[in-house]
Amino acid sequence: MTPSRFRALSAPVLVLVLFVLGLFPAPSSSARADSWEGLTNRGVVRWANDAEGGAPYIFHPADDASKLVGFEVEFAEALCSRLGLRSEFVQYNWANLIPGLRQGGNFDIVVAALERTPENLAQVGMSRPYFVFGQQLVARAADTGITSLDGLRGRTVGVLGATLSQRLATEAGAEVRVYDENVNYFRDLELGRIDAVLTDSPIAEVNLRDRPLLRRAGRPFAPGFYAVAVPAGDTRLLERIDGAILELYRDGTLERIYRKHGLWSSEQATIGTWTDSGEAANPVTRPAGGFARWNVYLPILLRAAVTTVWVTCASMALAVAWGLVLAVGRVYGPAPARWFSIAYVEVFRGTPLLLQLYFVYFGLAQQLGWKLSAGAAAVLTLGLNYAANEAENYRAGLQAVPRGQTEAALALGMTPWLTFRRILLPQALRISLPSVTNDFIALFKDSSIVSVIGLVELTKEFLIRALDAGDYLGLGVMTAAIYFAMGWAASAAARAIERRLHP
Amino acid sequence: MTATRSTSAATPFIELSRLCRTYVSGEVKVHAVRDVSLTIGRGDFVAVMGSSGSGKSTLMNTLGCLDRPTSGSYRLDGVDVDGLDRSALAHFRNHRLGFVFQGFHLLPRTSALENVELPLLYRVPMIPASTRRSQARSALGRVGLAERLDHHPSQLSGGQQQRVAIARALVTQPDLILADEPTGNLDTRTSIEVMALFQDLNAAGITIVMVTHEPDIAAFCHRTILMRDGRIVSDTRPSARRDARRELAGLPVVDVPTGPSEP
Ligand SMILES: Nc1ncnc2c1ncn2[C@@H]1O[C@H](COP(=O)(O)OP(=O)(O)O)[C@@H](O)[C@H]1O
Ligand SMILES: [Mg+2]
Repeated sequence: MTPSRFRALSAPVLVLVLFVLGLFPAPSSSARADSWEGLTNRGVVRWANDAEGGAPYIFHPADDASKLVGFEVEFAEALCSRLGLRSEFVQYNWANLIPGLRQGGNFDIVVAALERTPENLAQVGMSRPYFVFGQQLVARAADTGITSLDGLRGRTVGVLGATLSQRLATEAGAEVRVYDENVNYFRDLELGRIDAVLTDSPIAEVNLRDRPLLRRAGRPFAPGFYAVAVPAGDTRLLERIDGAILELYRDGTLERIYRKHGLWSSEQATIGTWTDSGEAANPVTRPAGGFARWNVYLPILLRAAVTTVWVTCASMALAVAWGLVLAVGRVYGPAPARWFSIAYVEVFRGTPLLLQLYFVYFGLAQQLGWKLSAGAAAVLTLGLNYAANEAENYRAGLQAVPRGQTEAALALGMTPWLTFRRILLPQALRISLPSVTNDFIALFKDSSIVSVIGLVELTKEFLIRALDAGDYLGLGVMTAAIYFAMGWAASAAARAIERRLHP
Repeated sequence: MTATRSTSAATPFIELSRLCRTYVSGEVKVHAVRDVSLTIGRGDFVAVMGSSGSGKSTLMNTLGCLDRPTSGSYRLDGVDVDGLDRSALAHFRNHRLGFVFQGFHLLPRTSALENVELPLLYRVPMIPASTRRSQARSALGRVGLAERLDHHPSQLSGGQQQRVAIARALVTQPDLILADEPTGNLDTRTSIEVMALFQDLNAAGITIVMVTHEPDIAAFCHRTILMRDGRIVSDTRPSARRDARRELAGLPVVDVPTGPSEP
């Protein structure tokens, strides 16, 4: 009992500490303005991107997995050499590139299809465009009814999170499913789980090449610009980069690179003619930190927490029921049931949860045609996975009930089934309850993994909003507080059950 | 007690004939009980003695219908136990037999009263809660624990726990009580208290078969059976019997402590 009482006491204290921490502003690196000097001394520019971005941006070619290619790789290398410096690639999670740049230390610039948007300009410095792209709507070839975004009101559209595509799809009244990489939404579109994908034209270009089931729906629209990001206020570096991009455009280097990847179009002429329209000089007022605007963000996070709660509770219910069957099979069953139970536990505990999730969501759909919804796949995977843990908990519980209890119950004239149900099981459940409670609380946190198949739960919502608000600490404190509250409620419920579980 | 007796003076209460029980584990056969024939009359009080592994518990489990003989027959009060199916056996145990164990085996975190009610709880047809309660209360009264109804096993001494277990065995008003080393975990004085209880019950007409290691305890019974290697090697009726009540009266009065129980 001591550990859970300790937890009950410490949870509010910890939240308080985090709140106090949250009141301090995040350290800003915008004061450190001029990095050109340092770069030339070092002789190397560290540029960041995420190799998960895929073709045509940055990818490992099929014939040589050790190489890294793509139009952004070639552009970044050309840019560095035009600056007179060596180029060094730094791998970084795409969703964290802007916070990483603001924090400084790991890399100097970002060349990773970052869009020149007011939101981004509010946080970092951005160069003139090095690539002009449009929004491309993609639908299934068989689904000829879809021709433009306007026709998608109420239908499901997959987009990459925190992009122009997401905003446009939302504004068009579509049901938006947010993904965090560029491949899974095409898979879901092929499988019929979503009705369309709205994405940047280069992504559509490359992915349509080997997906005969899909087609372009209409022409690209809403032109946007990819720009190089530098630390905010670093104007000297920005001027050098702008100059280099213009030279690369004028001497035909960019055209050569983009043509090689099948991406050259007349729209790219804008790279040469583009002038700063003043968005940078007159940026959108950067929203105050997420913490100060808690009244906006807290309800959003709480809504996402509802997803976390139902995924967790439904998964746990499945895990508890199925785990009990496995444990009984293991302890009392005939040899085949015992072997099955042992093998099940080993397989599910011995393989990564993420792998299991992909297997259930994509594997079953592609191989067997079982198209589970994201919610069903999430609950099924987490439930089956946690059932392995629960089976072990119950097994320990069943084996910890003294043998004499069975003997005595049978001697009192209880049938074996009644003995199991009324004598053994309640005592075993009581013994295993603390471990089950631990798993339940762990599941609240583990459930964040389901964001990879497009469910926006608490952690995903936090990542999206923290990027918007540019405030990981403030929103992090709120998110942590919500997780604490959920975990605390779970252990309070467990304590209540423990008190009532009789005998 | 109950009106459903099929007794006649001619049939003995317990009748074992050429009973064998062999355990097979892999290649090895263990002859736990070999060719035992035994009759026990109604109202007898029998001690079963013998070294460890001599087959006492196996014999008790057979008498208690918890285990079936490998060969031989067992008739209890004229009923051929071998012919009963699993639920009939459970019914039989519940209505006719009471068990007491060395380790008490009470339900933890459950009051003495609820523990004693347990054998009545799952009867068909259902016994009304108030009837169950009053029968459990009177059984606890018979073992001298009327004041401890709400105590949990962890709040009772070893001797008190064993008395709760005896009340649990009594509550169904059985004809036969089977006790496997009931005093094995108790000190001398507490053992004598338990034996006093058994002698009272026996005097009220209940047949008792009890396993014990200690000749001192066997001396409270009418009859002593000695087992070795699965066989009965002697069967005696001592002429002088110890009287537990009288011995208790002679012992200095001490408060029975209600401390933590033995394991
Ligand atoms: N379930 C069982 N499986 C195999 N052998 C058993 C089992 N129960 C008892 N035995 C064996 O039968 C013999 C008699 O055991 P038991 O009746 O428990 O003796 P006692 O109660 O006199 O110590 C011992 O050799 C014991 O190992
Ligand atoms: Mg024994």
